[in-house]
Amino acid sequence: MNIFVCISHVPDTTSKVVIGAGGKEIDPAGITYILNPYDEFGLEAGLQLKEARGGEVTAICVGPEVVKETIRKALAMGADKGLHIVTDEMRDSFGVAKAIVEAIKDRTPDVLFCGRQSIDYDGWQMVGLLGEMLQWPSISVVSKLSFAEDGTITAERDIEGGKETVASKLPAVISTQKGLNNPRYPKLQGIMAAKRKPIEEILPSEYQNRVHVLDLKKPPIKQAGSFIGKGPDDVAELVRLLHEEAKII
Amino acid sequence: MNILVFIEQRDGTIKKSSFEAVKVASEIASETGGSVTAVVAGSHVRNIQNLGGYGASKVLHVADALVDQYSSTAYSKLVHDAVMKSQAHVVFLSATSAGKDLAPRLAVKCDGAVAMDVTSLHVDGGALIATRPIFAGKALETLTLQTDVQIFTLRPNVFSAGTPTESMCPVEALSIEFSESDFSVKTTGTSISSEKIDVAEASMIVSGGRGLQGPEHWYLVEDLASVLGAATGASRAVVDAGWRPHPEQVGQTGKTVSPTLYIACGISGAVQHLAGMSSSKVIVAVNKDKDAPIFQIADYGIVGDAFEVLPVLTDTLKQFLGK
Repeated sequence: MNIFVCISHVPDTTSKVVIGAGGKEIDPAGITYILNPYDEFGLEAGLQLKEARGGEVTAICVGPEVVKETIRKALAMGADKGLHIVTDEMRDSFGVAKAIVEAIKDRTPDVLFCGRQSIDYDGWQMVGLLGEMLQWPSISVVSKLSFAEDGTITAERDIEGGKETVASKLPAVISTQKGLNNPRYPKLQGIMAAKRKPIEEILPSEYQNRVHVLDLKKPPIKQAGSFIGKGPDDVAELVRLLHEEAKII
Repeated sequence: MNILVFIEQRDGTIKKSSFEAVKVASEIASETGGSVTAVVAGSHVRNIQNLGGYGASKVLHVADALVDQYSSTAYSKLVHDAVMKSQAHVVFLSATSAGKDLAPRLAVKCDGAVAMDVTSLHVDGGALIATRPIFAGKALETLTLQTDVQIFTLRPNVFSAGTPTESMCPVEALSIEFSESDFSVKTTGTSISSEKIDVAEASMIVSGGRGLQGPEHWYLVEDLASVLGAATGASRAVVDAGWRPHPEQVGQTGKTVSPTLYIACGISGAVQHLAGMSSSKVIVAVNKDKDAPIFQIADYGIVGDAFEVLPVLTDTLKQFLGK
């Protein structure tokens, strides 16, 4: 099977976000970049599928030279090769999806995994964009997944208030949710092997961003509370404030 | 600027977040000119004409049992048809599980673009300007979509649905020729926990963290939630520890919520938790540690032991609310 996993190079969750001088991008200085945590579930799902059915897992990433570090992490986890779509320009989700589809459509892909969202721009869009562009079914936010011999997919998705079970068939795009599996840690052997695995570089075709960013701002600083009480004796005052001041009860 | 609003229903009842989306659409359309059309799918949807009370001038109804259950491929087809029919250049959906799933497929069909999880929207010089949180809410991105069809998913419970008027609007049947291939993803079942309100849809949440010291003390959180008619939420630490189920988790790797009231009990306020709840309208914190970061964003708080404070809070509210 030709298994593809879309991965993103993103700031880790504890990074302090500083808006760059231009006011339209995040300043990368001082940020530690990681493999998007949700994509790890996708990689693990891809690796398990390969172990069950044979084939090859390719990790794809769109971005500048520096994203190769993240591709190497995917290779260290067990992906067989990397596909780096090289661009220095910030692309919106539509542009990233378009570049990925161009890159893989002639490589007889059988399945495409991605994380439910990338923790930088929180787009949640890749699974649907890729699915529709490829004219494949797409299943998002999957917390349980199984594949039958004939390619039938049974999945469980998280929805408000519970779960939804869905049925579909490969080829499909699947976005992965926390809890789907336990992503394996790259062992030293894997990290060493990753250095020798191939990362193919390709250039995407021209794309004009559809999203026009006007600016990035820090959210308004919430003022610290107007009333901080000191124990059960202050509960009455809290309730009074919730009623009279906040007017929510 | 004609706007199409996707209406979500569950078991025949229209979701509150859909009313919010119609209301926003009608406010925008009254500024820019243009009509507000709603589209709803399902054979047993009730009170569709009431959408008029929120500002819809017409509803397109795909009253086909085949689409009683959500399917990303079938729904993106029917909403696309509705876009064409209503000549809409703007589409609103709620940023719910279905909305987030549907919007990007629709964007490709319409050759448009999506802004996901929008928390503020206004018109400037004829263009729609949207603001959305990024980096788990550590920054806000303001943007426009430079496409003929612009799709926005609106964060639930941020925009007000207001009070509906008595207006009813006409409901027009929209018939779609579905083929088997339109159902390449099929919902085969749903299991909804009917006793509990989901945190993502609740207008009030009482949330617990490690300060509760164990799952056996969760009745303190549940009793308070019950008096308020609130949902119960949890921090990542207690979900990872197995005290509470993952669907209750609020935070960067859980759910993002914007309730009217969020009461954080025994939660210190790690950045990743705040990412999930900082847009709550009113935040109350109860924590033994006066230096807990949660107090920096709480509107009101009590520095005290949750075991002492919560029962008193529950009783006081019970009396206050006459329960």
